[in-house]
Amino acid sequence: MQAHPAGEHAAQVAIAHGGSGMPTALVGMLLFIASEVMFFAGLFATYFNARATSPGEWGPPAGAHELDLPLAAVLTAILVASSFTMQFGVWAIRRGDIGKLRLWTAITLGLGVLFLSGQLYDYSVLGFGIGDGVFGTVFYTLTGFHGAHVFGGVVGLTIVLARAWRGQFSARNHVAVEAVSMYWHFVDVVWIGVFSVIYLLR
Amino acid sequence: MATTTLEPRAGTYRRSWVLDWLTTVDHKKIGILYIANSFLFFFAAGILALVIRTELAVPGMQFLDQATYNQAFTMHGTIMLFLFIIPALSGFGNYIVPLQLGAPDMAFPRINALSFWLLPLGGILIFSGYLFGGAAAEGWTGYSPLTSDQYSPGVGTDLWIIGLTLVGMASILGAVNFIATIFKMRAPGMTLFRMPIFVWTVIVTAVLILLATPVLAAGLIALFIDRNYGGSFFDPSVGGNPVLWQHIFWFFGHPEVYIVILPAMGVVSEILPVFSRKPLFGYKAFVFATIAIGLLSWSVWAHHMFTTGSVFLPFFSFMTALIAIPTGIKMFNWLATLWRGKLMLTTPMLFALGFISMFLIGGISGVMLASPPIDFHLQDTYFVVAHLHYVFFGGSVFGVFAATYYWFPKMTGRKLNEPLGKVHFWIHFIGFNLAFFPMHQLGLSGMPRRVADYSPDAGWTILNVASTIGAFMIAVSVIPLLINVVATFINGEPAGNDPWEGNTLEWATTSPPPPYNFDSLPPIHSERPLFFLTHGHGHAAARPEDLEEDPGDDVERRDGLV
Repeated sequence: MQAHPAGEHAAQVAIAHGGSGMPTALVGMLLFIASEVMFFAGLFATYFNARATSPGEWGPPAGAHELDLPLAAVLTAILVASSFTMQFGVWAIRRGDIGKLRLWTAITLGLGVLFLSGQLYDYSVLGFGIGDGVFGTVFYTLTGFHGAHVFGGVVGLTIVLARAWRGQFSARNHVAVEAVSMYWHFVDVVWIGVFSVIYLLR
Repeated sequence: MATTTLEPRAGTYRRSWVLDWLTTVDHKKIGILYIANSFLFFFAAGILALVIRTELAVPGMQFLDQATYNQAFTMHGTIMLFLFIIPALSGFGNYIVPLQLGAPDMAFPRINALSFWLLPLGGILIFSGYLFGGAAAEGWTGYSPLTSDQYSPGVGTDLWIIGLTLVGMASILGAVNFIATIFKMRAPGMTLFRMPIFVWTVIVTAVLILLATPVLAAGLIALFIDRNYGGSFFDPSVGGNPVLWQHIFWFFGHPEVYIVILPAMGVVSEILPVFSRKPLFGYKAFVFATIAIGLLSWSVWAHHMFTTGSVFLPFFSFMTALIAIPTGIKMFNWLATLWRGKLMLTTPMLFALGFISMFLIGGISGVMLASPPIDFHLQDTYFVVAHLHYVFFGGSVFGVFAATYYWFPKMTGRKLNEPLGKVHFWIHFIGFNLAFFPMHQLGLSGMPRRVADYSPDAGWTILNVASTIGAFMIAVSVIPLLINVVATFINGEPAGNDPWEGNTLEWATTSPPPPYNFDSLPPIHSERPLFFLTHGHGHAAARPEDLEEDPGDDVERRDGLV
């Protein structure tokens, strides 16, 4: 036992113990996503419960606009496409191609911002609010919390892009890219659920 | 404490101990912060319990009004569950799990610090309702429509929602950390079925926290939207459904019951073998019983809702009764561990035995309540209060005290005084039963819970007086504990590395351990690596060929490190 600084010693033992299999950070991200799945499960449960118990026709309150299905379909296409562009970025950095990582991350970030802008535009023209009956409540809660998670993903993508620009990733060392991409795919899958349930299963 | 004994290699630079504790990411210090914070909230919520029992001692309104009484029992329940029992057990988990795994720290030390610091913040927010026109007053279950802005216009309920959401976030981050730590940070040789039983209970608990708490968060957010943004999740006048809250709350709330009890079962299962001088009887059966309880906990939530008329009684009754099977298996594990053991009745052992006997009573009254005909009679009576206190207090809190006496020597290097500990136990044990056993009879004779007053003609007075005396005995029993802790810090008996001749790795390092935990690890061939290190001769798991096969692997890996 020579005099090693404590921090260095601890780090070395940690690497020795956790050195095989999936990186610990990714395990953490997967577990966090599992909890997020249950959060949205709770919100979906409130949606289905409201749909099952509310009397009268299910949909926006009388006098308001119908939901804009074509716009939502375009937004869905944008978000699904962004999942692919994200994955192209991940594959690029696995090969060590940081230039392509920057490109694909920037495109993904742009698509994410586009999705959020489209959602805000949709909110501005719908003509009903969160307080207008139980449909308004569950509609804005579900889409709003999804939007908040997209925003979280956009923040994550911004960090990845900034770090990629500084050349902080390599084929061996890019766990942050993998983690953000996992989260981005999760956000995408949740939107497919939201879109199917609110817009298609009416 | 930890910092002083290891000064020579404790760090590369010096800073004040206040800053050190505020900014620490060491799982041991965070664990101690968790435990200290939990006990502060325990004392606060305990004072509320005394307020409640004083009001109920005799018929008539003593010194509270109805609204203050409602706030008192709401804060008591919320704080005891979310800011004492769960964080106290998480605190022991934080301190002990990495040590038992032979790991240097948790997987995510900084997230660990975050999940601790969210707790006092959330707790203060919940309590701060008292400063802004009254704390939340709907009971810890927050049933709709009591929580609507119409019936609870005060800001106290909003603070309760925000505080609980923060505490829930802390739990989720903590659960991520525990699971990642247990999967990724085990020492070489520690397979899943060589993990200490406490670690097993912690990982099952963490999975329950990870998947149940977000559902409560969704419900709390829905409630917040209803109260503040004109939402109508729980408002039937515009299509909402108040019973939905009960579904969401108990979908979280019943796994939460096991979140509260499983780590305490783990503590007891560490202590019984050590003080019976035997291995735990049926280690694998215990592990599978723990997993079975975790799985079954997802299918029983609606047994809290039998009388709503909106749940399928036979299914939930049957699933609830099924939980008695894995729990019964554990009872036999514990009894068979004690059987013909060389029992040493130390304070941790007394609390562990107290846990088994009190939890048994709580378990039996639980099975009674699982039967719908009985439940319809007993819903919202003091029988339920008796049941939940036998489980939470007789179970989990006895577990917390057992853990305190058991691991205090590891955390501080000094043993708590045994005679004082025994005084604590006996006052506590007798006071507990005096406080809560009469509630069974009160409930059977119809006394409703959550009332501030009752009729002098109801015949409930004597039992209520007894219960109040018991509550004050519990309060008095804390005094020897406090004296004990202070006296031990001043002049306690040095503990050494392994004062109890333990089984698990936390006893293989110094007391308190250095910041990085271990200079070297013993070979791990079983769930009792330390026992085989100290008593290994003649035991199957320490055969010479095992020792020859492994050192190559273990020593080589560690040589580069130390």
